[in-house]
Amino acid sequence: MVDITDRARKLREVAYYPGCALEGSGNGYDVSTRAIAYELGLKLQDVKDWNCCGAMEVKNIDPKIQTYLSSRVLSQAVNATKNNVVMAPCNGCYHNLKKAEYDLAHDAASREVVSTLSSKAGHKTYEAGQAETIHALDWIKDTIGEEGLRKRTKGRLAGMKIANYYGCMYVRPRHIFPEKDKGPGSESTSKPHFMDDLLAASGAENVEFPLKTACCGGAHTLSDSDTSTKLVLNILQAAEASGAEVIATECPTCHSGLEMHQIRAEKRFGKKTTVKILYFTQLLGLALGIKPRKLGIQQNISNSLEFIHEKGLT
Amino acid sequence: MPIHEKSLIRPENLRTHENLTIDGVDVSGHWSTFIESRVVTDYNEAMEDEIAALPGGEHIHRCWQCGSCTNSCTVNAIEPRFNPRYWIYLIRTGMESELLRDKDLIWQCVSCNKCTYACPRDVFPEGVMKATAHWLELKGHTPESPSTTFDKIFTDEIVQHGRIEDTKVLMKFLQKTKQPLLQDWLKQIAWNIGMRLPVKWGIKSAWSFVFHPKARRWSKARTAIQDYIIEKETEHKQALGLHKPKAANGNATQRKLHAAE
Ligand code: SF4
Ligand code: SF4
Repeated sequence: MVDITDRARKLREVAYYPGCALEGSGNGYDVSTRAIAYELGLKLQDVKDWNCCGAMEVKNIDPKIQTYLSSRVLSQAVNATKNNVVMAPCNGCYHNLKKAEYDLAHDAASREVVSTLSSKAGHKTYEAGQAETIHALDWIKDTIGEEGLRKRTKGRLAGMKIANYYGCMYVRPRHIFPEKDKGPGSESTSKPHFMDDLLAASGAENVEFPLKTACCGGAHTLSDSDTSTKLVLNILQAAEASGAEVIATECPTCHSGLEMHQIRAEKRFGKKTTVKILYFTQLLGLALGIKPRKLGIQQNISNSLEFIHEKGLT
Repeated sequence: MPIHEKSLIRPENLRTHENLTIDGVDVSGHWSTFIESRVVTDYNEAMEDEIAALPGGEHIHRCWQCGSCTNSCTVNAIEPRFNPRYWIYLIRTGMESELLRDKDLIWQCVSCNKCTYACPRDVFPEGVMKATAHWLELKGHTPESPSTTFDKIFTDEIVQHGRIEDTKVLMKFLQKTKQPLLQDWLKQIAWNIGMRLPVKWGIKSAWSFVFHPKARRWSKARTAIQDYIIEKETEHKQALGLHKPKAANGNATQRKLHAAE
């Protein structure tokens, strides 16, 4: 067993890679991540001169360019902090950095392309193992943990029924997440639970939600909107059928996909759903007693302010 | 390699006759529907190798047709004709004309990787779907799909600036695919956001239009990636036996990527 306190101490200061989505449509996620970091006394050191991780789209043009883009981010992150841990709240970024790490460790052709492009671009070539990539969920789980949250939140989320939605990129494909599926205490790729654990520790009641890792169709949110709307509607309806009042998200693409297609499902298919959609960092922030405005909740597309007020969390 | 799915008998291969007597037996009407027999003579033996030469298609030869990919597939659940296992079968046996019947479906893969998770043979079916969609476009069997258009606009933005500004990509995509900017649901979204942050949102969008978010010290990376894309495109075309059109005015890829603008 790793010494938890050492790990917690190590992660109190991490390199922070927000990525493009958190600067644009997913800004509420960025604002709430920074707000809870401040509240919890955790230090975020922004990665300097970062670039896009390559998202899904670059991979479709050529996977090795995506590996290069992500490895440039990693090379910028190395030395951003003493411990070389980079935290990415966006599932897409997190997934791509992990994938680059895996490819650089296992595939000579990827290493070659990355080293050629890095030297042409005039920066150090990132080598596998120089940095560790973690998700915002790992970050809170390993620093503050459930015990810490239990003490600090005083069960403020009591009586809130939450469906935890993780999406695809946090768990699939399995081989790029060697630390997952390692038995008790580790994250599961078939039934992830880190977000459930953190919210439960803050008093929330997690519902049994079968579509935790279903796909929201984010890749085709604009290019094949009807497919995305159907997939999202399925998730929203399943959450409501499970008795959830809120869907907790941990990815800006999933989050805005759910919000956009909730509206689109109503406009195009006449299917109205009323379940609220909030980032888990916004929920944790509320549990820590932070004001909704400081958590960017007004920047979300769907309006949850009244609901939060009714729950006595303002 | 068996084919199990009933849906593989296509409506156009079913024959019923209003009035038909064979050897004195009346076989008219619905009760004696025939399935047209099929003779395949035009196998495309190069198809598997060509798709394997494109990114994502590398491991197609490992498939043992268990069907786990189709079984777990997100798109298959809402569109039963979306069938990765079957397509892999067609590609490996070289049945091009049968594959082409589904050419307008293949690009719809949402890259959820449920198939990759389920596949016992590490075929990476998600990659095979992308390689196949790419192959269909390169061979001219399908026009550029909306998904590819989006990928190109997005990639071009990153190559140019190192970063993405999502409203800008959205606008470019809607323009390129000739969709109205003011669709009911997009209006509703803008309204929802605008209602709560009218001033800040307006300023922010205007700001990022004028000052595009950029990664600093990006120009060398830009050139390096552009060169690499050209090199790869040539390689793919060669693998597919396509002639590269003479690069009359220099840089074919840049033109192609810019055509997305
Ligand atoms: S990645 Fe594509 S083929 Fe694979 S399960 Fe998802 S939608 Fe289906
Ligand atoms: S799951 Fe893998 S081995 Fe099975 S049919 Fe699909 S690609 Fe082939």
